[in-house]
Amino acid sequence: MTQGTVTIALPRRAAMLSVLQRYGVYLAILLILLFNLVATPHFFELDNFRTQFVQVVPVLIVALGMALVIGTEGIDLSVGGVMAMSAAVVPLYIGYGFLPAVLVAVVAGTLIGVVNGAMVAFIGVQPIVATLSLMVAGRGLALLIANEQLVSVTDPGILALGRDSLVGAVPYSVIVAIVLVLVIALVVNRTTFGKQLVAIGGNRRAAALSGLPVKRILLLVYILCAALASIAGIIGTARLGASVPSTLGNLIELAAITAVVVGGTPLTGGQVKIAGTVAGALLLQFISATLIKHNVPDAYSQIFQAAIILIAVYIQRGRAVTR
Amino acid sequence: MSSSPDQTVPDTSAIAQPVLEARGVTKRFAGVTALSGIDFAVRPGESHALMGENGAGKSTLIKVLTGVHQPDDGELVWEGSPVKFARPLDAQRRGVSTIYQEVNLIPLMSVAQNIYLGREPRNRIGLIDYSQMFADARTLLTTYGIDIDVKRPLRSLALGVQQMVALARAVSINAGVVIMDEPTSSLEAREVDTLFSVIGILRRQGIAIVYVSHRMDEIYRVCERVTVLRDGRVVHVGDLADLPRMELVSLMLGRSVANVKGRGVTAFGETRESDAPPVLVATDLSRKHQLEGVGLEIRPGEVVGLGGLLGAGRSETLKALAGVMQLDRGTVAVDGKQVRSGSVPAAIRAGIVMLPEDRKSEGIIPNLSVRDNIVLAALPRLSRAGFSSTKNQDAVVDVFMRRLRIKASSPDQQVSELSGGNQQKVMIARWLAMNPKVLLLDEPTRGIDVGAKAEVQALIDELAAEGLAIVLVSSEVEEVVEGSARVIVLRDGRVETELTGADVDEEHLLAALAGDGSGDPK
Repeated sequence: MTQGTVTIALPRRAAMLSVLQRYGVYLAILLILLFNLVATPHFFELDNFRTQFVQVVPVLIVALGMALVIGTEGIDLSVGGVMAMSAAVVPLYIGYGFLPAVLVAVVAGTLIGVVNGAMVAFIGVQPIVATLSLMVAGRGLALLIANEQLVSVTDPGILALGRDSLVGAVPYSVIVAIVLVLVIALVVNRTTFGKQLVAIGGNRRAAALSGLPVKRILLLVYILCAALASIAGIIGTARLGASVPSTLGNLIELAAITAVVVGGTPLTGGQVKIAGTVAGALLLQFISATLIKHNVPDAYSQIFQAAIILIAVYIQRGRAVTR
Repeated sequence: MSSSPDQTVPDTSAIAQPVLEARGVTKRFAGVTALSGIDFAVRPGESHALMGENGAGKSTLIKVLTGVHQPDDGELVWEGSPVKFARPLDAQRRGVSTIYQEVNLIPLMSVAQNIYLGREPRNRIGLIDYSQMFADARTLLTTYGIDIDVKRPLRSLALGVQQMVALARAVSINAGVVIMDEPTSSLEAREVDTLFSVIGILRRQGIAIVYVSHRMDEIYRVCERVTVLRDGRVVHVGDLADLPRMELVSLMLGRSVANVKGRGVTAFGETRESDAPPVLVATDLSRKHQLEGVGLEIRPGEVVGLGGLLGAGRSETLKALAGVMQLDRGTVAVDGKQVRSGSVPAAIRAGIVMLPEDRKSEGIIPNLSVRDNIVLAALPRLSRAGFSSTKNQDAVVDVFMRRLRIKASSPDQQVSELSGGNQQKVMIARWLAMNPKVLLLDEPTRGIDVGAKAEVQALIDELAAEGLAIVLVSSEVEEVVEGSARVIVLRDGRVETELTGADVDEEHLLAALAGDGSGDPK
């Protein structure tokens, strides 16, 4: 050990797992695109890709926040409830105009994140328990606010967010998603907050002993996650042209967690992969689109998604063991 | 219980056949030998102390005796015939019971239910006969002088009483050998007395006791024989009455009193005492069961050692100073300004930083790079408006990687890939980047190779010379003695004495550790 470093020659299987862990999601996207190139007519057309990107936006935005939470060794099951909450608030304030309504909706959804974060950081409730309770309570509150009504939204701003494109090419919702991806990537890689978040996920005790404001960071992470989910809720509402708090964001937490995990962010925390998360969300979108285009029932699509989670988690586990 | 072994216990140790024996037991874990050729024997009615410092092999030996581990070599012998304990249940069935410091019972069940768990008395139609069970439990506990309501849920009782119940359960199942691992660590003095009288009763019944504790007073009070382990070997077996405390301590630490050698084992140079005003003043640091009125003063530029055996309160003192541990009482002040207690950020702001004992679980963030680990604590200072500046970080990282000679392929290498010594240097760098005034070092050279050890020791000297105040905790006697200008010796959570000047040598330290200064056992 003259170098003072330990280099272990990985056995072939472990090396393969390691490559899969790092690049598996991109490989999978490549495979599914190749499959569609051969087997699906009209898949490689601009309109189709535009549709795919528009459809992936809500999951992708939620997954960004989920990646941050998972990076701290937590989980946020309440994102669907948060989406419902922001959706329920939009029609109430739309009379004041597009921007005020959006702001109030984001604030309302973010309040759920404050409760999540406070429970996790200050009371020490396990993330899964804290956010599970808000997953139920958030949607319940949303239904209460909306009077359990479906309200159609006719504000031109909101409708444009859901349906129009910049210079007729890139949908506004996709632009929002791209901006958020860049911002979150910047936060993770370039800010003190991002570094501290990852350190807390990697070794919470060591982080606390190093004087990091562990509680504050955890609180902020859950708030950020909820803020992102709120934006996803607004975009979801915009796309439907209606506020549907009863169903908007149902099961989205599973899709988001899948995207994060498939993208190479381990559930054990200490790492956040934004590019991987984007790829993970896209992969899920392509898979479900492929299954739909081949007339495979939705139930199978969900089974397929479950299988992918299993494979992704297995690959990560395999890596962890070799370390 | 008197201060000497109970007179009514028949002295069977010399004549009776051992009830449980380990013969030439060797145990290896992944190539590391934890036990090597251990011979150990307890006789009926004997109370046998098992002594040794951290890593001596006590816990491994207990685990072999109780069937948790199987020996790689050698055998266990029960009443003269070889036995194999494939799992803990085998050992329990044969008659080896273990009392741990934490009670392993079911808190919500009643005392009686806990005692008879899994072997409840039945009535004619096979249901549990509660009145019989309660009566039996009452009788059993009365035998040991314990008078409690056996119908109460266990958790409503004091911890000490719970332990008695565990003990009663153990010996009522079968009475052969009872192994007690630090049984008094969470007991009040009065509860300790009860425990000791129960031990006396057990011994009169012919039950052998294996007693593990770091508390010298207890060992001499309750045990008659002792086996001392060090580095996985038996270094001494004999009667405690013939063994002065000081000798016992030196056996445990592996330092012979007679030939304490001169300096030169470590890389420490000359130590200096300082007469500058103290930078850190701590008074009356107290926390139940852990610290009792510890006070100390540290001056800039001096290395102060904390001496003491395992469990004496050395790490606890550091944790109290660093704000890691909540205190019941006591104050810490830096440069005359009081530091808010129980807050790590407050301590760090005041300039007190601690290198934790367990590098792996409390120090490094394994999946982050060397760079990120070094700048972890200093990150806010190296950032502008919340954005981390690679340039600022590189400057710091570069300085410390070079100064501490951290060997890594690049600052971006994952820290978990470094050797233990380099990880430790990364940890030190993390704290030096904070420009601390007081550096608390808990076992700074544990688990790192010889070369890195010397480097770390030399670094400690260097830092002190630059005016840093350093508190050093080490389980290696020579490290404390040669590295420190003064040594504050702790025992049972109190300051026992302080060694200064020429008194800072192994002989005086061993005497202080033994706790009586004279080397006399009683």
